[in-house]
Amino acid sequence: MNKKAVEDFFVVENSPLNSTNFLIKLQSSSTIPELKPGQFVNVEIKGTDEIFLRRPFSIFDVDYKENTLSLIVKILGRGSRKLTEISVGDTCNIIFPLGKSFTYPKNGENVLLVGGGSGVAPMLFLAKVSDLDPENVTMLLGARSKEDHINVNNYSQYGSLHFTTEDGTFGEKGFVTRHSVFKDLAVYDKIYACGPDGMMKAVAKEAKAANVFCEVSLENLMACGFGVCLCCIEPTNKGNLCVCTEGPVFNVKDLKW
Amino acid sequence: MVDLKVKIHDLEIKNPVMTASGTCGFAEELADFYDVSKLGGLLLKGTTLKNRDGNAYPRMAETASGMLNAVGLQNKGIDYFIDNIYPRIKDYDTPLIINVNGSTVEDYIRLTEKVNELEKIPAIELNISCPNVKEGGMAFGITCPGAEMVTREVRKVYDKTLIVKLSPNVTDITEIAKAVEGQGADSVSLVNTFLGMAIDAENRKPLLSTITGGLSGPAIKPIALRMVWQVYNAVKIPVIGMGGIMNTNDAIEFLLAGSSAVQVGTAIFKDPFIPLKIIDGIKDYMKRHNIKSVTDLIGGLSV
Repeated sequence: MNKKAVEDFFVVENSPLNSTNFLIKLQSSSTIPELKPGQFVNVEIKGTDEIFLRRPFSIFDVDYKENTLSLIVKILGRGSRKLTEISVGDTCNIIFPLGKSFTYPKNGENVLLVGGGSGVAPMLFLAKVSDLDPENVTMLLGARSKEDHINVNNYSQYGSLHFTTEDGTFGEKGFVTRHSVFKDLAVYDKIYACGPDGMMKAVAKEAKAANVFCEVSLENLMACGFGVCLCCIEPTNKGNLCVCTEGPVFNVKDLKW
Repeated sequence: MVDLKVKIHDLEIKNPVMTASGTCGFAEELADFYDVSKLGGLLLKGTTLKNRDGNAYPRMAETASGMLNAVGLQNKGIDYFIDNIYPRIKDYDTPLIINVNGSTVEDYIRLTEKVNELEKIPAIELNISCPNVKEGGMAFGITCPGAEMVTREVRKVYDKTLIVKLSPNVTDITEIAKAVEGQGADSVSLVNTFLGMAIDAENRKPLLSTITGGLSGPAIKPIALRMVWQVYNAVKIPVIGMGGIMNTNDAIEFLLAGSSAVQVGTAIFKDPFIPLKIIDGIKDYMKRHNIKSVTDLIGGLSV
């Protein structure tokens, strides 16, 4: 069996989560392989000549019984905007599975998951499938303002939920690293982060200072997603590595941050 | 049955659809999707004598009907290839062609000598047209004396099929093609990318770390096709055409313009199966037009 595929999925759901985020659920007509948090799909954007390349999105959720996978699509530019206009019943062509996943935490380990922007998708996916006791899982989601947060109440079954907003309209005020959970990072065995570069760099700095294992998922611009264009490179201690094949998940100690 | 076999000098390939250098890695990346032995051949990622880190990020920008790249020949060097990659890929049942790059003529010679020893590499593509390196690369390929010198020196140390990859960033590409033909090139492949640039207007910043980069994709196809037609009419050696080929029709156009084979490049980023779809499409076209051998299409433009 081939390791990667290019396949037409059917759009079975496209619902707004707030003004800029959409949940897009895609169904395959065949069995989908195991997909892990941190892995991504590269999505063809149809119906426009302006968009030449695919757009990569982290996997947010998988249902192996229904053969569906879900993405949270945050409108960032013309590609993501066009994708959110897709209709239920349309086909959506994806290349998958791509990239390496986060290192799963071991039973009994305390983990902190930090998500911002579209980076909440793999964090919530990891919380769901990590199979940890909810007491061991802390999720911290950051956004600019209250209306930028999506409703994640049903994830409280997987751990404790915390929020920040830059304007103080929801949760604690300030960037995620100003949140009270950052006061004592030593209680965590593993910290995971996904979101804007600045956010991940700030989290990485704190994790390093506290000497806690930390993995982040990068979102570098890419053309192919499967390691041939060499455009999405990240400088690391092992040289320039492709985010799409050697990542997108990296241990922060390997990055030149 | 239609016959898809074509010859590039002494190199016989099972069909005229190859994958362009820099868009198919070292074959294994495409082998994650399908059996690469179905391809007419693979032009492996540009290789240099020593490790190269390539250019800084960002290295690509999407443009209208195409993209710019400024990768800058990132690769681990020929010795790493020989020790680590070659043993894993050498038994794919299709020609694997190394794209040879250098900053100096001496680099090209030493690299070619090493490649000449590799039994399962039947040809090289001499890249004198990379627009994204500070030294060598395109500098050799945009003057006749430069192109002649590299081709002549490499020819002396290489006895298998020598393909020279030409830059379109010249006034008259036929002059360069004739120059390398005169120095013993067995074939020319064209075109490499067009030098271009893109700007983030809001921030007044270039979108590429190198400011300029190479434009590829359907945006360049009509110009590439014109150049292939001109070169086909100017030289006697086989021409390998490329530049924005996205589908069967594009590939047929390049064959009719005089390409003995085509390379599919940037299209692979959109869909790695496009080369295989084109092979099937060429078969269908030949059946529809009652053509027995694909060689009957080469240069078959009616004017």
